[in-house]
Formats: sequence, C-alpha cells, structure tokens
Amino acid sequence: MLLEKLSNLPGVSGNEKAVREAIIEQLQGHALEWQTDTLGNLLVRKKGSGSGSRRVMLAAHMDEVGLMVTSIEKSGHLKFRPVGGIDSRVLVSKRVRVGDDRIPGVIGSKAIHLQKPEERLKPFELDQLYIDIGARNKDEAEKHVQIGTYVSFDTACTPFGDGCLRGKAFDDRAGCAVLLELLLEKGGPAFDAAFTVQEEVGLRGARVASYTLQPQYALAVEATAAADTPDTEKERSATMLGSGPAISFMDRSIIVNREIFKGLIEAGEKAKIPFQFRRFTGGGTDAGAIALSREGVKAGVVAVPCRYIHSPCSVLKKSDLQHTVSLVRAWLEATA
Amino acid sequence: MKKFNEVAINKMETLIKELVEAYGPSGEEAAVRELIEEKIKDSVDRTFTDNLGNLFAIREGAAPLLMFSAHMDEIGVIVTHIDDNGFLRIAPIGGVAPHLLVGQRLSFKNGVTGTVYHEKIKALKELDWPKLYLDIGAAGAAAAREHIRIGDMACLHQPFVNLGGRYMAKAMDDRIGCAVLVEAARRLPGSLPQGVCFVFSVQEEVGLRGATTAAYRLEPDYGFAVDVTLVGDTPEAPLMAVSLGQGPAIKVKDRSVLCHPRVRELMIETAEKHKIPYQLEVLERGGTDAGAIHLSREGVPSGAISIPCRYVHSPSEMVDAGDVAHAVELIEKIIMVSWPLPDSGSGA
Repeated sequence: MLLEKLSNLPGVSGNEKAVREAIIEQLQGHALEWQTDTLGNLLVRKKGSGSGSRRVMLAAHMDEVGLMVTSIEKSGHLKFRPVGGIDSRVLVSKRVRVGDDRIPGVIGSKAIHLQKPEERLKPFELDQLYIDIGARNKDEAEKHVQIGTYVSFDTACTPFGDGCLRGKAFDDRAGCAVLLELLLEKGGPAFDAAFTVQEEVGLRGARVASYTLQPQYALAVEATAAADTPDTEKERSATMLGSGPAISFMDRSIIVNREIFKGLIEAGEKAKIPFQFRRFTGGGTDAGAIALSREGVKAGVVAVPCRYIHSPCSVLKKSDLQHTVSLVRAWLEATA
Repeated sequence: MKKFNEVAINKMETLIKELVEAYGPSGEEAAVRELIEEKIKDSVDRTFTDNLGNLFAIREGAAPLLMFSAHMDEIGVIVTHIDDNGFLRIAPIGGVAPHLLVGQRLSFKNGVTGTVYHEKIKALKELDWPKLYLDIGAAGAAAAREHIRIGDMACLHQPFVNLGGRYMAKAMDDRIGCAVLVEAARRLPGSLPQGVCFVFSVQEEVGLRGATTAAYRLEPDYGFAVDVTLVGDTPEAPLMAVSLGQGPAIKVKDRSVLCHPRVRELMIETAEKHKIPYQLEVLERGGTDAGAIHLSREGVPSGAISIPCRYVHSPSEMVDAGDVAHAVELIEKIIMVSWPLPDSGSGA
C-alpha cells in the first residue's frame, strides 16, 4: 500500500526530499507534468479528461513533525529540540532515526530506579531527554551527526486490527496518498496537486505553492485528530475513526468558504459517501495560507481522522482513507 | 413623557441601525455586503466582490489611489456539536469572552434564535467554552437538526438603541466604520483630486484576512482602516488616552501597524485645518485592516481613523454620535486633499 511506503520515509519539515523523490517516482510514466520550486514544493498538473474551466488545487503536505539536534554532549549524547508541535511527554524511550543515513537511536532518560520519588511524579521535560546513538563519545558522534541534523521517529507502518494502520507521519502522508491516487487514476477531472513543505512550522510551503499555481478553488487534504478514545465526552470528540472523511467548517487558519463547505456535503450526500464534520476549531492547515494567496482563493479542508496524531505512532482506518479519495474525487467532478 | 434616551432617529442613524442589526459573523458577511452595496452604489462609479467576499466600491480618478477599509464581519459563534437533547455546543469566531455570552440571545442566518447558558460550575473562572451551550428551544436532536447543522454560525441578537447622543448596539465593531464610509462616499463632490476605493472587508476579526487579499488586488498607494478603538474613560478602565465624544482618533499604532508618519501627519493637518476635533490613539491591544494593508506587496503607507467605542466585543458596544459625524467629515476632507504620489525610498 502506497501510504505504508510514504509513512516509513523520513520527512521532517525542511527535509522533505525523500518523500518528494518517492512521490516523483510514482508519477513517472503517467501523463503528468511536474516541477519543484525553491522551497521544495512538488507541483503536479493533471490535464484530466474533462473540459474543466476552473483552476482547482489540491494540497497535501509532505513534512511531518520531528526533532532536530541542537548540541552534541561530551558523552556522545545528542540534545534536541522539536520541529513542529510535539508533546514532549510522548518522547521518552522512543526509537528514532538520525540524519539522512537514518542512523538508529533511542530517546533516553533516567531509569525508574535512579529517579528520586518526587521525580517520578512529573513527566520528563525536553531538557531531561537526549538521543542515544550508541556513540562512545562526542568525537565518534560527530562522525555521523552535526548540529542541525534532522531526527525522525522510527516506526514501521503496519496493518492491524479491523482494517487499521499504525505508523508515523500519517499527518500528512495520508493526504499525499489521496492526492497520488487521484493523480494516477485514469481519467477524472483536471487539477493541480501541490505536495507542500513546512506545513508543520507555519503553512510555509503552501503559501508559495498557491502563489505559483493561482487556483480559483483549493482543498487541503489532511489528517486530523480523532478524539474517540474512552475518556472523551461525545461533544468533545473532534472526529471518529471509521466515520469517513472529516469536513472542516473552521480552524485557526481559515473559515472555510461556504460554497466549498456546502459543495463537499452535497458531493458526499449525492455519491452516498460517509463523511463527518470536524467538530473542533483549533489547528491550522495549508488551506489557511492558500485562501489568502494573491487576490484570495476559495478554500476548504477534508481530513482523514487519525488517533494519536503528532506522536511516534498514530492510527487510522483504511476505509476512511478510501472514502476520502471518493469524496475528493466527487467534489472535483462537481467543481472543476 | 419621553424618557431621556428615547430619541427618534435620523437618516444616518437609520443606516447605522440597519447595518448593526444585520447578520454577519466572519465568513458569513453576505447580508451586510448586499445592504452596503445597495446603499453605496449610487455614490460610486462601480462595485465588485472578490473571492473572499470583500466588497469594493470605486470612485475612479487620477493617481494616487486611496484605499479605505472598514470590515463587515462581527464576532460570533459556530456550532460544533448537536447533542441528543438538541442542545448546541459552540466555539468562538473571533475574540469572544465566554462570560459575555451567558444569557445572551444569538441568531442564525435563517432567523433561528436561542440563548447561551452554562453547565453547573462552582466558580465563574470555570466558565469556558466547553461549559457553554446554545439552547434554541428544540425538543431533541431531530428537532434541532431540522434547522441547524454543524458549522452553522450565529451572532448576537440585539437591537440598535439611540441613547440620545450616544448609540448602543452589537457589531458597532465595525459596522459603524461601514456606515461612516457609506456616508462619506455619499457626500463626496463630482470631482476628486484622486481615485478612491472603499473596501468593505471580510474576516477581520479572525486575522485581517479580507484586507490581505483586497489590498493585493487593489494595489493602493495609501491605505486607511476605519474601525473602532478602545477607550479609557470608564470606571477603573485600563489606562488609555481616548474618550468617547472627543472626536475620531487618528491612530499612531496598534499591535498590527505603526502608522506611516506622513499619513498620520497629513491626517492631523487636515483635521486642524478644518477644525475637526480629533484624538491620537495608541492602542496596546488589537489590530486593524491597516496591519494587513501596509504589508501588501511592496508595502503601502497606511494609517487609520478610529471611532472610540466602549464595551468592544460585547452585546452593547457604545459610540458617540458626534465622533461618528466628525469621522465622516474627517474622511471626506482627507479624500479632498491632494495626496502626493508616493516615491520609493521615502520611508519614515
């Protein structure tokens, strides 16, 4: 499955090369035109079979949250800082890959035996954590790592349970997989796909991608937080796994254009595709940057619900992914 | 006998009343836009609306081009969940204080009205969004869903009141700016020293979004926001040297913009020449469309004219009639000044 392959690749914001190359590899041999820009966005044009007169852009971001090495200690341990929004409490004892050579490492901390009783009451803070790459000392570590080296989670994507997948970086490789499927299928409407960079650090790639493509309509295809876990009250469950793609009405970055919001609902209802609303207004997406590009763009968001997002291991349901492809396709057919 | 604050309203007040009572939370400004377009179209050469919903009303003329922007949107709430008993859960649109909503009436675009209340709380400080709900009187989820869908927006439901020299309403921020621009446009003579575009912008309350794309499209030579500002003239108010009734405020700075000194000076000179009372405004919180306009493209020298307003973002925002009238006059005179063509490299 395409998503499994994409999920396993490292692509922390600003270092999306491996993901971009994997996507380009998929594009080969199809009647598609593509270019990359200065920031590293991959822009793909599908001419399609329809006589669409509107310029429609779909966006999914290639980058994921991760870490960056900020200093190398005498002992050979690496200090680090997060890139993008990471809850530092999820980091302890996680396996990571360091740098482009994907050197194995583990995020270490003081073992329980060595902690004072009061230390056990509080989660570790970033300054108490370090990455251990098994180096003897600083000199040895410096052969492999320097300050600024990227670190990504080391999680192999695996299918499990009732049609679920567990893995890292579903936010937003899930969106990338949706766009790829729509690009690679025969026929279908014309559209521009933007595989963007640096979303997790402030919607940066989408801003310039949209400036270049000058769309009239745009949809960000995302992964969004599912809050259907046992301790969540129903009215705070942002989205539920298995209930289909989540249509956004508003987040911190955008008030979704009403025409697009209605268009998505109509497309879903007409084609009998299950969907849900994203019942939460926090977070930002590429759509926010795209909407404010040049003279303004009508933009919206569709997202695959995803549990434990921004952590080393998140969970999604394959049926949600497939229904997202169907919903976006139905919307494109009605819009382009 | 009439009470002192029951005052018949004149034509300008009727315009203000229509504008403030219209429905228009950020992203749903259509009703306000249609109203303004109807009121302003005979005073300008042409009008059009862009992708985000900004309304442009243009008086053609020689360079330079002046852009005046007042935002049409108001704060509100958006429905995030409908529970089994038909109660609606809500999230804020723009800077809404949860405690100001309790017991207030809210209206949806389709006219459905309800009131906000809260779950059991032990202390006022627990009053936060997850504790609030909106009751539209629906006897269950099915009844609620007949009228309301997730993603629907509501805004405050409050009538305009003329207090006699002072006006009170919801959405004075910034329909009063819209009213001032409509009235200024109406008063302009047939021939102007330069072109002017009145922009009625969208989505200011969620981050100056409409003005961002409007300024890009228009490429103005000068930008002016017309918006409300906070005051320091109420009991134990935070220190601020702006009062109701002392005239419109010429902005020096807020959190979004440091007004261009030449723009500010020319506005001050104009006010003094025509003996229009004014105040200077240093706003420590908040931003205006000028913040977005001045950073558009290669940069636009920008300033702002503010109408002092008490209780901003509450159901009862209050402005002074004299300040409103003087703001109209000041803007009219600013437009009649021959503005120099901005030359590059002539910064502060």
